[in-house]
Amino acid sequence: MKKLLMASAATAIMATGALADAHSEVKIGIILGFTGPLESITPAMGAGAELAIAEVNTAGGIIDGMTVAPVRADSTCIDAAAATAAAERLISSEGIAAIMGADCSGVTGAILQNVARPNGMVMISPSATSPALSTAEDDGLFFRTAPSDARQGVVMTEVLMDRGITEVALTYTNNDYGKGLADSFEAAFTEAGGTVTINAAHEDGKADYSAEVASLASAGGEVLVVAGYTDQGGKGIIQASLDSGAFDTFVLPDGMVGQQLVDDIGADLNGSFGQFPGTDSQGAEIFQGMAAEAGFEGTSAFAPESYDAAALIMMAMHAAGSTASADFAPLIMDIANAPGEEIFPGELAKALELLAAGTDIDYVGATAVELIGPGESAGNYREIEIQDGAIETVRFR
Amino acid sequence: MDILNALVAFLNFVFFPALAYGAQLSLGALGVTLIYGILRFSNFAHGDTMAFGTMATILVTWLFQAVGIGLGPLPTALLALPFGIAATALLLLFTDRAVYRFYRVQKAKPVILVIVSMGVMFVMNGVVRFIIGVNDINFSDGQRFIISARDFREMTGLDEGLAIRTTSLITLVTAAIAVALLFWFLNKTRTGKSMRAFSDNEDLALLSGINPERVVAVTWIIVAALATTAGVLYGLDKSFKAFTYFQLLLPIFAAAIVGGLGSPLGAIAGGFVIAFSEVTITYAWKKVLGYVLPEPLEPDGLVQLLSTDYKFAVSFAILIVVLLFRPTGLFRGQSV
Repeated sequence: MKKLLMASAATAIMATGALADAHSEVKIGIILGFTGPLESITPAMGAGAELAIAEVNTAGGIIDGMTVAPVRADSTCIDAAAATAAAERLISSEGIAAIMGADCSGVTGAILQNVARPNGMVMISPSATSPALSTAEDDGLFFRTAPSDARQGVVMTEVLMDRGITEVALTYTNNDYGKGLADSFEAAFTEAGGTVTINAAHEDGKADYSAEVASLASAGGEVLVVAGYTDQGGKGIIQASLDSGAFDTFVLPDGMVGQQLVDDIGADLNGSFGQFPGTDSQGAEIFQGMAAEAGFEGTSAFAPESYDAAALIMMAMHAAGSTASADFAPLIMDIANAPGEEIFPGELAKALELLAAGTDIDYVGATAVELIGPGESAGNYREIEIQDGAIETVRFR
Repeated sequence: MDILNALVAFLNFVFFPALAYGAQLSLGALGVTLIYGILRFSNFAHGDTMAFGTMATILVTWLFQAVGIGLGPLPTALLALPFGIAATALLLLFTDRAVYRFYRVQKAKPVILVIVSMGVMFVMNGVVRFIIGVNDINFSDGQRFIISARDFREMTGLDEGLAIRTTSLITLVTAAIAVALLFWFLNKTRTGKSMRAFSDNEDLALLSGINPERVVAVTWIIVAALATTAGVLYGLDKSFKAFTYFQLLLPIFAAAIVGGLGSPLGAIAGGFVIAFSEVTITYAWKKVLGYVLPEPLEPDGLVQLLSTDYKFAVSFAILIVVLLFRPTGLFRGQSV
């Protein structure tokens, strides 16, 4: 609550500054699900993006001393109409120059097609991972600092095969993210010679998961793959499975890795394993230090990706010397990828200087961003195992 | 032995979970049905009333835990429950005084009150999130299992485990006590009788000297007790999250309508009908049949009538069927 108050106070101060000097300011829309199923991780994501913006402002702003102001809006995560309306409002009444968001794959697709493309507005999502977004028409405007789940399906298969597990039950949260991940995993796993005994959806925010767990238990399998969210149905499924003795070991993809889950479930989760986007690059560590100083959790899911998304937008604007999407969109890939001087979190001031001098940079950031194909993160994964109530890194893939 | 395994699998995955869930739904539906019967509108704020009551209980629980008061193997929240009920009753009485009374005096149509209750729902939604936050909160302490699946397997030597959670048992016992108290109150006490009279015919009740404001106040207090109890039991069994409680509204209304709006007995039956149908119709019977049937007949598929995706659809299909053939619900409540 304190963080929220501080964040809103900071935003208010920036907003007042904006009124005083409207010409030398550019606004970036931060569209995340501040209410709805992701409401517990979005505050850290928003704070991550605003951290990058504050850093750039401290360094003197972009282009010729233009300050950057964040404007938050609620994507709701699930309601495409509400998310579209929120994005429309940011463009028409706030006059934003780019969008950092949205969070969930469904609303991200909706905003991309209904708002970003018609308005020719760049949009970088920190957390939409549905494979469907790789092939969506985007006019070169859409990027994401999170990898597609098609890649995660392959990584998860490798993790399981290395452990000699060939028969799994699979449940996914019934949305674009869960469905995309479940399908890509099932395809990869079956191709590698494994068997998926059941591929069943679960709804988030439900009162009771005994029906789902009953079916999963009946189908059987050595482990249960839970493609869901830590504070939603995913946790409910795990709890109900443990309570009824249906499964002992769980495979946890990115949406399910969180200390909160480990704390809530307790010792029973020991031995479960999984993977989430992560690197052994020093950027992640630096970012965690900065986050701790700013008063939020730097390891929170997709907070580093949010920092990177906001930073990329500002770097590209700076390099292009323009805040018009058509001018800076083509530069985003160059800035994110090698060659060039490596830029870590906290070094945005240096990056701005280098860009101003015309030197090429390679933005590494908090998540070792490397954009491939249609502008999405290549995807480094951290394989983890729960040991004695802590998330331990096994290796990087 | 195989028959026993089949029975245990059935009890563990179908019967006991549905029983506990049904009891929680029933308590929620009772609150909805009482408001419908006596105040004559569908209270959309009920899910958030449950969330508020649970929140108040959690806060008191934390206080007790900090001071070191506990119930041993039972969760501390049971001790905090009366305080949660008191706080919720105060909130509901305040809401009635500040919001609903205005419309009652004007004799507003029920549909207007429904929309008003939606407004109240959003306000409560915000208040709860503002005070306790949006995160998942686990406030259950004490002993988690009466018997865990692993212990059961070791004790009996069966392949299947049977887990009985402390919270499931507490849910059933508390729900039974709450329902017994409610029925005793409605049928035996003077206030209870005046409430039923008011529900049957408002004008006649007024003529015979029943004080309507008193009936309304008592109704809200009972609803506060039911909603808080349902919310706390649900939270103990699973966990507390503001968003989930808001979502609980749908199955609760389905339960109340299936049973017959305005009929307390119907609300209880409705709760169990919804819970059991959600679990049994979407259950994959492969395991149970595998134990019971001889080898050549063992099913290869999952033997599932409907995928679990359609869990919600099941309760609403039942709702539609009931409304088509018995518009007043199973227990002759008021028609909607």
